[in-house]
Amino acid sequence: MNRRSFLKSSTLAGGGLMLSFTWLSAFKSAGTTGIADLPGDWVEINGYIKITPDNTIKILNPNPEFGQNVMTSLPMIVAEELDADWKKVVVEMGPHDSVKLGPQFTGGSNSVRMYWRPLRQAGAAARHMLVEAAAQTWSVPVEEITTKGGMLYHEKSGKSGTYGSMATKAATLAVPKDVKLKDSKQFKVIRSAQKNVEGAKIVSGKPLFGLDYQQKGMLIAMIHHPPGFGMKLKSYDATAALKMPGIRDVFTQKLYEDGFEQGGFDTRSFNDLLVVVGNTTWEVMQARKQLKVEWEPAGETKDTMGGRGQKREVVVPGTLESTADQLKKMQEYAAKPAQQLRKDGDPETAFKNAAQIIERTYTAPFLAHNCMEPMNFFAHVTDEKALVAGPLQAPGWSEPTLAKLLNLPADKIEIQMTRMGGGFGRRAYGQYMFEAALISKKVKAPVKLVYTREDDMTYGIYRPMYTATYRAALDANKKLIGFHVKGGGIPEHAIHANRFPAGAVDNYLAEGWQIPSNITIGAFRAPRSNFNAAAEQSFLDELAEAMGKDPIDFRLKLLQRAKEAPVGRNNEYDAARYAEVLRLVKEKSGWGKPENAQYSRGVAAYFCHASYAAHVVDIVMKEGKPYVEKVTSAVDCGIVVNPDAAANMVQGAVVDGIGNAFYGGLTHKDGVPVQNNFHTYRMIRMPEAPKKVEVHFVQNDIDPTGLGEPPFPPVFGAVANALYKAASKRLYQQPYAPQLETPKAF
Amino acid sequence: MITLNINNKPYNVNVSPDTPLLWVLRDTLGLVGTKYGCGMAQCGACTVHLDGTATRSCLLPVSAVGKMKITTIEGLSQKQDHPVQQAWLELDVAQCGYCQSGQIMSAVALLKQNKAPSDADIDAAMAGNICRCGTYLRIREAIHRAAELQRKKG
Repeated sequence: MNRRSFLKSSTLAGGGLMLSFTWLSAFKSAGTTGIADLPGDWVEINGYIKITPDNTIKILNPNPEFGQNVMTSLPMIVAEELDADWKKVVVEMGPHDSVKLGPQFTGGSNSVRMYWRPLRQAGAAARHMLVEAAAQTWSVPVEEITTKGGMLYHEKSGKSGTYGSMATKAATLAVPKDVKLKDSKQFKVIRSAQKNVEGAKIVSGKPLFGLDYQQKGMLIAMIHHPPGFGMKLKSYDATAALKMPGIRDVFTQKLYEDGFEQGGFDTRSFNDLLVVVGNTTWEVMQARKQLKVEWEPAGETKDTMGGRGQKREVVVPGTLESTADQLKKMQEYAAKPAQQLRKDGDPETAFKNAAQIIERTYTAPFLAHNCMEPMNFFAHVTDEKALVAGPLQAPGWSEPTLAKLLNLPADKIEIQMTRMGGGFGRRAYGQYMFEAALISKKVKAPVKLVYTREDDMTYGIYRPMYTATYRAALDANKKLIGFHVKGGGIPEHAIHANRFPAGAVDNYLAEGWQIPSNITIGAFRAPRSNFNAAAEQSFLDELAEAMGKDPIDFRLKLLQRAKEAPVGRNNEYDAARYAEVLRLVKEKSGWGKPENAQYSRGVAAYFCHASYAAHVVDIVMKEGKPYVEKVTSAVDCGIVVNPDAAANMVQGAVVDGIGNAFYGGLTHKDGVPVQNNFHTYRMIRMPEAPKKVEVHFVQNDIDPTGLGEPPFPPVFGAVANALYKAASKRLYQQPYAPQLETPKAF
Repeated sequence: MITLNINNKPYNVNVSPDTPLLWVLRDTLGLVGTKYGCGMAQCGACTVHLDGTATRSCLLPVSAVGKMKITTIEGLSQKQDHPVQQAWLELDVAQCGYCQSGQIMSAVALLKQNKAPSDADIDAAMAGNICRCGTYLRIREAIHRAAELQRKKG
């Protein structure tokens, strides 16, 4: 549906009626990079590419979009091998169809990585078929045909034709098994800066997101969940709520029946759902406030987990946790023996013989994802089938559980993937889709489940609470002879035992411990790494200082050791690539000579998701507070598909990192999250964003590796190290801002 | 029945007078470009204009609008050619895009008041709009660019 008819419909509907429009059509129509109206006569060549006789080329994006720009970058990869004219390509969001379209998940910085080869092959195969169709039509050898910008040429005979003119014939040919892919030197689309194909829709407010989904007769549902973790519903009185205007029903619904075998991503926070259903969002919000509810401690409960690994019972403690107790408990656990994760050489002896031991402990709080679009999902479930639509990072991970919950075969379930208003890991867990589907099934109507901001922030699935103690043993010559990290967390630790500086130190020990909790956690942009890079990179900075070394040279020396004579086995990182981002950031930031003498500088680097990132952070004092004015970033993520969009994502990761390092944190009081909206959960805002974030990519021909996550973790360490220079005080606890805003810190 | 003037068109809505304008726009009229983010005027995702002034629609009872002209992101232009939209596209500002309607509406209001804002002016005017993806640098740059486009347009 185009804009005009959308607006026309809304004019006609003025006067209080619910609008109805075919939302999927809106998806299909305007994802174009130049062509306005789509002809109806598509010739499907394979799962990803459609070409019309008038030479319109449509490419499906297989993967959910949450701002990492896959709607643009993945089709670009196809267009490259297809030799299509990118300006004429129409992009469409693909359906959820893991048979035709692959794994279809957004997470782990995987999108470009996992689709890189399949999409190139798809594009190359389609091109090959078009070439063969032209060769047959023109009765000329296949080898003599060339392609460019969606055109086929036979130079000798002077013949030429559009892809569209050969599309019908090409569709009758066999898909080639092996096709030659381009050499990276031939790339025209890949490595060129291309604009977001949904940019025009975003700046004009088109319905793109799950929360924008509307359907005739659709009801709105909200869940009234317990105020705190470890609590459950005792009783409720809905008399007043049911009398409120527009309210249809109030009822309880179990998410999982007892003993239900949950999949690996079926994290739940609360199992007994108290549901309010009504006509509009505002009416449901108001009615929910009229519920009279009693809560009670849930006590110890059990989850039955299947999915990854074997079926097992997991005990969920009943404690009503408070942050002060959590910190105390972490100190207790830190003093106990822990699980050994890696050991090289003889760390015990190294520490026994050390002339100097440096030991520092770092902590970081739970973090809420705070996607700008709160969790929501549309569901229309009948006895025969289910249609669900909304923002989800990994539909395929949740689909088996949805099918089990609804008692429907997977082929009777259609999942539509909407654009997501952020994800950051939160939307890898589809429990809000299950909730919506169960509610729709119960009320026998199409329903959109909406979380308010408060629901969203207090529903759990946070970044875990972490701590780690780092120890370094130095000999009398201030040489590093032993390294020990012991990390823990609620409910899991963050240790990546096989990452730098593992492999660079002869005597190395990594240990981990964890404390069970009823506070649910999940992936948060660069899981675990986002804490490690803060703690470890702060520690290395302090270590370099104690050893009288430059922090970059110190790391480079260790990396040289890891490259030339790596210690131990299973080192995850490539020491040469790691060193290169440090060298690049050193050069580009003018490390020894900042452009502004007022700058307090800090550096950090990290490896995760197969990529490497380093930042130099420059801090000045602004209105009495430290302000990150400039950041210089160096990133190695292999071939960069869409450089300007990639730079945008790195800049965003830097801002996100500064924000979370300074302000991020969710605390608890008797199980209740203390922060529940943006007035108490501080987010980074425009005045705190740097003036400049310069992004430099290492130029190489390595197949693309991750980008959404890798630049995020080292921001924390670089910020901490720059704050040390600014404040002459090391910071060991996140978030940093509350400690800095006490004048004593300076 | 309440009559509203939205994007220069009259709309009659039959809703409870305490309903925030945001939900009238989104649920009743299907104008979903205006976003819900926090419901307490903390994030700016719901920003619209009332007689040209940036206003958070999530806390504004529809009964308080009166005869004021409401402009939403949908009413900014017919062809995404408002200088602010153009600048946003030129700089490819958006990541997830969810907050950008509100960012754009705040930026348009700023540029009405201040034809050539400094970085400090922009920081102050835009401090009420959260972008979780962290596109602030590009937003700042896009506002400068939009000011330039507006001046050229005259």
